[in-house]
Amino acid sequence: MDNYKPQKELFVPVERNEGESEKISRPSLSFWQDSFIRFRKNIGAMLGVFVLIVLIVMAIFGPMFNEYGENDQDLSVAKMPPKIEGLGWIGMDGTLTTVQTADTLEDAERKALMRFSNQEEFIDMTVLSNGANGEAEVRAVYDPYAAKGLEENFWFGTDGLGRDLWTRTWLGTRISLFIAFLAAAIDLVIGVAYGGISAYYGGRVDNYMQRIIEILVGIPNLVVVILMILILDPGILSIVIALTITGWISMARIVRGQILKLKNQEFVLASRTLGAPDNRILRRHLVPNVLGLIIINTMFTIPSAIFFEAFLSFIGLGLPTPTASLGTLIDDGFSSIQIYPHILLFPAIVISLIMIAFNIVADGLRDAFDPKMRE
Amino acid sequence: MSKEKLVEIRNLKQHFKTGRHSVVKAVDGLNFDIYKGETFGLVGESGCGKSTTGRTIIRLYDATDGEVLFNGENVHGKKDREQLKKFNREMQMIFQDPYASLNPRMKVEDIIAEGMDIHGLAKDEKERKAKVQELLETVGLNKEHANRYPHEFSGGQRQRIGIARALAVDPSFIIADEPISALDVSIQAQVVNLLKKLQEENQLTYLFIAHDLSMVKYISDRIGVMYFGKMVELADADDLYKHPIHPYTQSLLSSIPLPDPDYERSRERFTYDPSNHDTSEEPEFREVRPGHWVLCTTKEFEHYKKEHGAVTTS
Amino acid sequence: MEKLLDVKNLHVSFDTYGGEVQAVRGVNFDVKKGETLAIVGESGSGKSVTTKALMQLIPMPPGRIKEGEILFEGKDLAKLSEKEMQKIRGKDISMIFQDPMTSLNPTMKVGNQIMEGLIKHQKMNKTQARKRVVELLELVGIPDPESRMKQYPHQFSGGMRQRVVVAIALACNPKLLIADEPTTALDVTIQAQILELMKDIQKKTDSGIIFITHDLGVVANVADRVAVMYAGKIVEVGTVDDIFYNPKHPYTWGLLGSMPSLDSQDAELYAIPGSPPDLLNPPKGDAFAARNEYAMQIDLEQEPPMFKVSDTHYAATWLLHENAPNVEPPEAVKARMKGMATNASSDTEGERV
Ligand SMILES: Nc1ncnc2c1ncn2[C@@H]1O[C@H](COP(=O)(O)OP(=O)(O)OP(=O)(O)O)[C@@H](O)[C@H]1O
Ligand SMILES: Nc1ncnc2c1ncn2[C@@H]1O[C@H](COP(=O)(O)OP(=O)(O)OP(=O)(O)O)[C@@H](O)[C@H]1O
Ligand SMILES: [Mg+2]
Ligand SMILES: [Mg+2]
Repeated sequence: MDNYKPQKELFVPVERNEGESEKISRPSLSFWQDSFIRFRKNIGAMLGVFVLIVLIVMAIFGPMFNEYGENDQDLSVAKMPPKIEGLGWIGMDGTLTTVQTADTLEDAERKALMRFSNQEEFIDMTVLSNGANGEAEVRAVYDPYAAKGLEENFWFGTDGLGRDLWTRTWLGTRISLFIAFLAAAIDLVIGVAYGGISAYYGGRVDNYMQRIIEILVGIPNLVVVILMILILDPGILSIVIALTITGWISMARIVRGQILKLKNQEFVLASRTLGAPDNRILRRHLVPNVLGLIIINTMFTIPSAIFFEAFLSFIGLGLPTPTASLGTLIDDGFSSIQIYPHILLFPAIVISLIMIAFNIVADGLRDAFDPKMRE
Repeated sequence: MSKEKLVEIRNLKQHFKTGRHSVVKAVDGLNFDIYKGETFGLVGESGCGKSTTGRTIIRLYDATDGEVLFNGENVHGKKDREQLKKFNREMQMIFQDPYASLNPRMKVEDIIAEGMDIHGLAKDEKERKAKVQELLETVGLNKEHANRYPHEFSGGQRQRIGIARALAVDPSFIIADEPISALDVSIQAQVVNLLKKLQEENQLTYLFIAHDLSMVKYISDRIGVMYFGKMVELADADDLYKHPIHPYTQSLLSSIPLPDPDYERSRERFTYDPSNHDTSEEPEFREVRPGHWVLCTTKEFEHYKKEHGAVTTS
Repeated sequence: MEKLLDVKNLHVSFDTYGGEVQAVRGVNFDVKKGETLAIVGESGSGKSVTTKALMQLIPMPPGRIKEGEILFEGKDLAKLSEKEMQKIRGKDISMIFQDPMTSLNPTMKVGNQIMEGLIKHQKMNKTQARKRVVELLELVGIPDPESRMKQYPHQFSGGMRQRVVVAIALACNPKLLIADEPTTALDVTIQAQILELMKDIQKKTDSGIIFITHDLGVVANVADRVAVMYAGKIVEVGTVDDIFYNPKHPYTWGLLGSMPSLDSQDAELYAIPGSPPDLLNPPKGDAFAARNEYAMQIDLEQEPPMFKVSDTHYAATWLLHENAPNVEPPEAVKARMKGMATNASSDTEGERV
């Protein structure tokens, strides 16, 4: 290359195309498109989205997959273990297992039989140690489906009143999600409006509005919630009110902080010098620029609302029976956790999945929206 | 240049409350006129109140005291919507930070057309589009840029979009608040040339705020030097550079590095010491030579007059 | 004079989700003892990346040094481990950043911040270090250093803070000082003080300085030699007089022409049209061709090599090739060249290197 002699013909001036030098070679992408591309590359977040979609679809359609109703009680099939054809290998074979120990083998076997109401023909007994060294141990596997002559399977088993847990788990998920979405939506509306007005008008308005928030924050959240629940009749609405009565504050603070920062940005000043009225500035300039943060914050609000609902139900302040929510189901399950762990297991898995998935997705959104990652 | 006054600033004050008892006197009693068709340069160090002056003139801040007359009418004070809208079309602003002055979530087309939308200047979508394209071409950008978003442009291109936005409402007076300080040297010249071209074509009047003195000198007809909220010297651009009178101006001029190594090797610097002034008397703005005003006390005035008053303007 | 630093064919890239950003694409320069090399060029041309690469401060990933040698007193810095590099950073080579506030720790007393390096690199004890801090603060012109060293950065003005930053950088008598736009955030009057200070100190310590800026006035003031960068490459290098009075590269012409001089009142400024290229997909041939009014066919096809104009002066433009037509630089630049016709050779052809 070094000894290469360029041809003479190449040394002719070229006409420079005026517009050419201002060309932008990259494709045009709006902020949202750009963020979306980044989000799509985040495998964890995409997985979270997938899990959420599956859970939401199940919450909507799950209960329709079998004939059992939410409140169909049948004490004869109470506390049935979960059974799904073909999934026996992960323990969903519809059997109950117990391991009993006693001084002698007979005692142990008797105890095991008693545990399953002496229905000997449906119990499969294995001796683990025969009591020769002073302690006998047997394992009994009981097949209640055979014992009760059931053709149908309860996929997630039944609870203490014989209600189908599959139906109730998904209905509970639906209710919990509904409460969470509703609470998040109300938080969003109040929080954005309150924070937005407080920051945008500033001065004395801001001052008073911030004092109100400080007072609200000063009262312990749980006290407010418990008072609300006691005053109102227990139900979905009262839980939502209890959740939102202080829940909007964090949204209001975030929005206020952001708008305080934005309202002195030069593009807002430019709009003001053009004579833009307040509502145009709010609508066209401020809201679109806080939207990312609002979305992220909402994504974090939803799982915490679900968790808080579960917590309230667990301490007995939640939804009244027989309404199912993830919280009431977990509460139910907890009372028989040792003998019938499946009653607790499924709602607990669902609630954990929801919480983890929402948090991962919210994290992914935050990374995708983060302006620092932009070039 | 006609000597018709377009903007008159009378004893303008802008004080910010920063605490219960503390006040920042960002602008403290400014008096100057801007003539039709001229470029008035405003210089001074960071924090001396240049931006505040510009923003108060255009009513982004309500003045603490004093008045701003535009074509003889006071800009401040109570106004109804119609009157305000009229001012908004007459007076526009170009901002310093090309990254913060364009809304990142809006398309260039909507950014430029914002003024037209607010004032209803375009009858329909087609006219709006056509006007935006015309403005883009005026500032040296392509039609295709209308559908892009600000983050896709370089600093100089963004600044030109900001200029197009201001031009969209056909203003007669433009406040340019450090429109080039954030740009590269090579790009600064593009923007300055553009501003000059627009001034000729549209008979614009500029208030040009900057701290780069060589550019200000180049673009301005007259220059005002600010120091801590007060104007300390005001003169024709040439006169100010050739015969700076106030010691602060002298120190400022002696500090600007010029792109000329020979000159730099032989330059001498002055430092300004504000405590050298006689503080027993409140200084006033006085005309030392025709058109050359300096903030000084009576004694200083006599001194300046003797020393500089006789020199003829070149 | 002896070469303190010799950078050869440095390439630095960043892997972003949009692709590889070739921030520095084959840079060669050297710095001698007691000399100030100014690097100028527009935003994004790779000035900071180059100097960060010298200090091994490029975040990796996304960044990586693709190729090249950085010889500091004969040692290749690019091959040193992080541990070995730490011994050099702050001791033999130190750096001053643009923003005086962010390069100081707001929660630490100014004196302690200066002492840190002394204790670490010079193995001084507290009393010795404290004595040296007082000396240093005096050197950078901070009055009453004994009590000032017990204050926090927020109690200092912008210019004083930058002086402290200079003091930290000078603490261990570095052989090479890298200043990345040390005065851009300051007012002209304070800038003038800091520049004086750096020149004074250089005279005393005989260290080499790399000074990054995009203010040509500052370059004219501080530099002995100047390297002009464009789109990740050095397009012209020479002594200040070469660059200011006898520029050869059309980009340098553009830079100089776009600065108004105090007596060029009404002539239109010479502006380089357009915007710098996107380093994500750098153009074929000369990166400057699209904005160059003297562009030739060959500029669009092949990258120009460095041509030698004189022993100190090199430029990468095909205009210096023997086959190229003779072109006149723009008026504004010619006016400048007249002032200094004696200081530099003025042939329009160069010798290829
Ligand atoms: N909204 C505000 N509230 C309180 N103080 C303010 C406000 N705006 C400006 N100031 C203060 O007023 C003074 C003047 O500020 P201004 O922005 O006008 O300076 P400037 O001359 O434009 O400086 P620069 O060259 O840095 O832009 C500063 O001390 C600043 O801190
Ligand atoms: N961490 C990073 N990731 C991706 N690209 C980067 C990173 N750091 C720098 N770059 C790119 O490298 C190029 C050169 O940047 P650099 O900071 O060296 O410019 P500069 O010449 O110092 O400009 P300025 O005058 O603005 O400081 C730019 O195009 C920039 O986008
Ligand atoms: Mg300002
Ligand atoms: Mg840099």
